[in-house]
Parts: sequence; C-alpha cells; structure tokens
Amino acid sequence: MAGLANQIAAVTVNNLRSVPQRAGVSAVIVIGIAVTVAVLVSVLAMATGFGKTLANTGREDRAIVLRGGSQSELASTLSRENTLTIPDARGVRRSADGKPIASAEMVGIVSLKQKATGTKANVTLRGVGPKAFDLRPEIHLVAGRLFQPAVRELIVGKAALGQFEGVDLGRRVTIHDTEWTVVGVFDSGGGSHESELMADAETVLSAYRRNLFQSATVMLESRQAFDAFKDQLTTDPTLSVDVKRETEYYAEQSKQLSRLLFFVAYIVGGIMAVGAVFGALNTMYSAVSARALEIATLRAIGFGALPVVISVFVEALALALIGGALGAAAAWIFFNGSSVNTLGSNFTQVVFQLTVTPSLAMSGIVLACIVGILGGLFPAIRAARLPIAAALRAG
Amino acid sequence: MAAIISLRNVVKRYLRGKQSVEVLHGIDLDIETGDFVALMGPSGSGKTTLLNLIGGLDTPSSGEVSVAGVRIDALGGARLARWRARNVGFVFQFYNLLPQLSAQRNVELPLLLTSLSAAQRRRNVQAALAIVGLSDRAHHKPSELSGGQAQRVAIARALVSDPTLLVCDEPTGDLDRATADEILGLLQTLNREQGKTVVMVTHDPKAAEFATHQLYLDKGELVSRSTKAVA
Ligand SMILES: Nc1ncnc2c1ncn2[C@@H]1O[C@H](COP(=O)(O)OP(=O)(O)O)[C@@H](O)[C@H]1O
Ligand SMILES: [Mg+2]
Repeated sequence: MAGLANQIAAVTVNNLRSVPQRAGVSAVIVIGIAVTVAVLVSVLAMATGFGKTLANTGREDRAIVLRGGSQSELASTLSRENTLTIPDARGVRRSADGKPIASAEMVGIVSLKQKATGTKANVTLRGVGPKAFDLRPEIHLVAGRLFQPAVRELIVGKAALGQFEGVDLGRRVTIHDTEWTVVGVFDSGGGSHESELMADAETVLSAYRRNLFQSATVMLESRQAFDAFKDQLTTDPTLSVDVKRETEYYAEQSKQLSRLLFFVAYIVGGIMAVGAVFGALNTMYSAVSARALEIATLRAIGFGALPVVISVFVEALALALIGGALGAAAAWIFFNGSSVNTLGSNFTQVVFQLTVTPSLAMSGIVLACIVGILGGLFPAIRAARLPIAAALRAG
Repeated sequence: MAAIISLRNVVKRYLRGKQSVEVLHGIDLDIETGDFVALMGPSGSGKTTLLNLIGGLDTPSSGEVSVAGVRIDALGGARLARWRARNVGFVFQFYNLLPQLSAQRNVELPLLLTSLSAAQRRRNVQAALAIVGLSDRAHHKPSELSGGQAQRVAIARALVSDPTLLVCDEPTGDLDRATADEILGLLQTLNREQGKTVVMVTHDPKAAEFATHQLYLDKGELVSRSTKAVA
C-alpha cells in the first residue's frame, strides 16, 4: 500500500510540475469554471439577499389583514368600519395608553427616477396610522424628523433614498398633483419597508381622494395569539378578510421571485457547468495526449493504471479548485453587498443587497469540483487504456 | 547456456484501417543467457515490433514467446506489467525520463513497484548511478543533463531493480559517435561484468560491433545471424 502511495506521489508530482508548460490549455478549464462559479454564486447571492430582505420585514407576532382573496395589499381594500373593528379583536397587544397597537394603511404608487439607470420605477408610498411606529419598532429615523399628521410630509427609507433621485431630505416630491416635503430618513433593519416612502394615512387618502384602506397590520400579544385573532376575524359575519402572519405574507410575496432566481441560478448555472465540463474535457484530453509518452514509459516500467488515473484527476481537480476559488472570489469582490432593486410585492421596487455567504462560496467550489471530476473522467480512462507500444512509437 | 529468450513461429499483424498487415512472419529465435544481441535491419523491417514482443510491451498475433521460462504471450494487462517490472529494464532512443523529476527520482521509479524501504531504495539508486558514473548528477533535472548523461540515467533506471534482461531500442540513435561509444561500452560492461542479457536494436553497424551476436531482420523475417567470438 505504501508502495502504491509512493507511485501515485511520484507520478502526480511530476505531472503537477509540468502543468505550467500547458498553461494555455489549462487556462480553458480554469476560466470556464471560474465564470460558471461566479455566475452561480452571484445569482444565488441575489436570491439569498432578496429572501433575507423580505424575511427581515416580517415578524411572527404581527399579522396582516387583507380583503378576502387578495394576493397583495394593492389588490385589497378595507372599509373604514373594517379598520375600526379589526384592532379590537382578541389577541391584539395594547400600548400603555390602552389602545391596540395597529395600523390601517393605504398603499399608493409613486413613480421616481432611478439613479443608476435614469429610468422611472414604481415606489410604494405607505400611508400609516398613528401607532405605526409602535407596531414597527425596527423603524428608526436616521435623519430629520417624523411627518406631522394633516400636512403633506413624508419620510423616506434609506434604501429608496440610495436608489432614487429627488427624495433627499428637504426635497419636494409631487404626488397626485400635490406637493410633499421629505422631512426624515428611516432605517428598518434591512426590511422591504426601507424601499418605501411613509406618510400619514389620512393625509395620503385625501391626496389620492380615496376613502378605502388596503391593509391593517396588528401587533399580537404573542406568536401564539395569532389563532385566536384569526378565528375571531374570520368568523365575524361583518368581515370578509384574510388573516396572515407577516412572515407568511412576505414569504408568499417573495416566493415567485425567489423561485425565479433559484431557477435562473440552477438552470443557467447548469448550462454553463455543462459548457465548463466540455472545456475541462478539452483541457484534460490535451493534457493526457501531451503526457502520452510519459504515461507509456511508466506503464512500460511496470506502473499500473491507477497512479496515472489519479494523476489526471488530481490535475483536473487542482485546476478546477483554482477556477472555483477565482469565481467565488470574483463574485464576492464585485457583488457582495452591492444593492439591486427589483420588483417585489405590490409591483413596486424592493431594494436588497447581494449576499455572498461562505456557504454559497462553498457550493460554488463544490460545483467546480464536480465539473473537474467529470472533465477528468474520460481523459483519465483514455490515459488508463493508452496502448503502450503505439504511444512509445508516436513519442 | 540455456536460452533465456525463445520465440516460436511468432507472427505479428497490425490493423491499418480495416486491413490487417502482417509485420512479422513466423519468427523463430533463441537468445541465450548472457548474450548481447544487436538486432539490425532497414527501417520498417519490424525491429521495434520484435523487441516489444521480447520485452512484453506487446503480444504476438500468434506463436509463442518465452522469457526465462515464462510464456509471456499468455500474459496480459496487470500480470504482464508485473512481469516487466521484475524482469526487464528498458532503454529508449530518446531516454524517456520524466522531465520534472531529478535523476535520482527517475532512477527510483522502478523501485516504487517493490517493497523496498526508502533507505534501501536510496542505496540502490546511488549504486545504480555509481555504475553509470553519474553519482554527482543525482539532483539534476533531465533538462540539466547532456544527451549522453540522460541516457546514462535511463540505463541506471533500467538496471536499478536488477532485471536479467535489458531491452534497448536504438539507445545511441540520438547521440554523437564518441558519446554513443561510451554508452555502448557501458552496455558491454553490464553484459560482461553483471551478466545482463542485452537485446539492442540499432541501425549502426559500429554499434552492433559491441554485441556478441548480430541478428538481421528484413521485411519481417530473420535473414541471417552472426556470432562474434567473445574476447
Ligand atoms: N501500431 C501500428 N499499427 C500499424 N502499423 C504499425 C504499427 N506499429 C508498427 N507498424 C508498422 O509495422 C512495420 C514495422 O515497424 P517497426 O517494428 O517499427 O520497424 P522498425 O523498428 O524496424 O523500423 C512498419 O511498416 C510500421 O509502419
Ligand atoms: Mg524502430
């Protein structure tokens, strides 16, 4: 056994040292794998970042109420009477003043110019109730002040501020022929509200000349209080509503896009991986033919096929690992933490950050190894079957 | 002396496309232990083919090949490889050293197929390099050696595991006259002093003079055989 290990070591060492002489063709496998891994890791980083943003938005102990059958807030309407009934249901937490922590909200759409592209995109303007900030303690002002009720003032989420023009502190924004002033900037801990504008619900309703809300969100006494709350609302004959935990609601909102991103990651990554396998095959076949004389000489001396096969795989894996590491590093250097906005819930933009996690980098490296092994397989078989006499003659 | 190599009615055919071409037409040959045989003949006459059959690098289409009492035509694959490792040392025209390994590591290669310890391997490698007069080049890479030196390293590699048979295909074909004579002298010494049986293919009549016996192959048939008196 020690003998075999020595044989493998000798053949592999000689081979790895000779790889620089095949640098050109070796680059095919390295670059092919690097590009594949970079694309896979970046798209997965997008899916991860998007999921993280929407997961940060929802809480298990908050519930959102929409009109029955509505898929999203935009498609929902709640009457003023409904928004008064809902907070009084069982299971809703109350603040020190004894009032339920709830916010009836109206969601409008504002079209703003994107800084990156100069094109217009939709941003959510969320009209919120007086208890909105007790309801969402994750929201903190980072500049300016809160809006006042009954005046046209709004605050802007940090992410929206980064992506869109004309919403800086103190600027005026025209919404439905009315002028609004940006008075504050807020942070919501990375959630999707950071991509929104917020203002007083009654003021927004009047600007839009509407009288219907779209959703009501309540803080529950605990996660367990959800069932009691839901039961009461869904059995109330005056209401026809759907009740969801916020986490469930945002997961549903993100499901389609997440699915699309994972689909893109695996399909595009898969197609590119197939291409990279062909590149790897090309590299390894030419490596084996460049080594034909060396392999035949070893076989003539009496070496078995195994050390030769292993040396082919080690070369393929070493090159694949270099490619995989380069690809993962490129994804991390160029994309980690960079912001992307995309259509999220309510057909408006959600801004989120690409997140290259160590486990994503690992999946990239694993893919690289699989490509390397597949690319080494057939060339290794050819190396093992090399006809000795013919190869010595050709050399 | 007993024949160490004996071939009986050996035929070798190659497939060229769909056509089968007979390259050796029923060779009968005996080589005795301790002989130094030069195999001569024009290009394409089948010298390398015959040598490969004797060295167990290839198997005949029909006929028998026995070496040291073993019917190697009946062996194949891994068993033939093991047989070669134990019994034959190969010397090639272009040395066939592994370019990235030092002279010492190249010479050690056949010993990696044995159960010798690292210390024993090192001793045997040093002994083999001493025989070929290259003890001081042990750590050089093949690219740092002259052609003659590289061929000496290759000869050290061929004899390090102490095989009974040395098989050499045009070992001086790439060397100038003086260097060729040194290499041939070395083979002659190995034959005379260590009792190695040597079978050497050569184009060169001067090279053939170093051998004890000369065989002529033409169009796949042995046409004559001459024996030089051993001094
Ligand atoms: N693998 C092979 N396939 C087909 N023909 C071959 C093969 N190897 C050798 N030959 C042919 O066999 C003949 C003898 O070749 P060879 O033994 O190399 O001759 P020599 O060594 O005397 O020059 C040549 O015609 C050569 O082309
Ligand atoms: Mg020849």
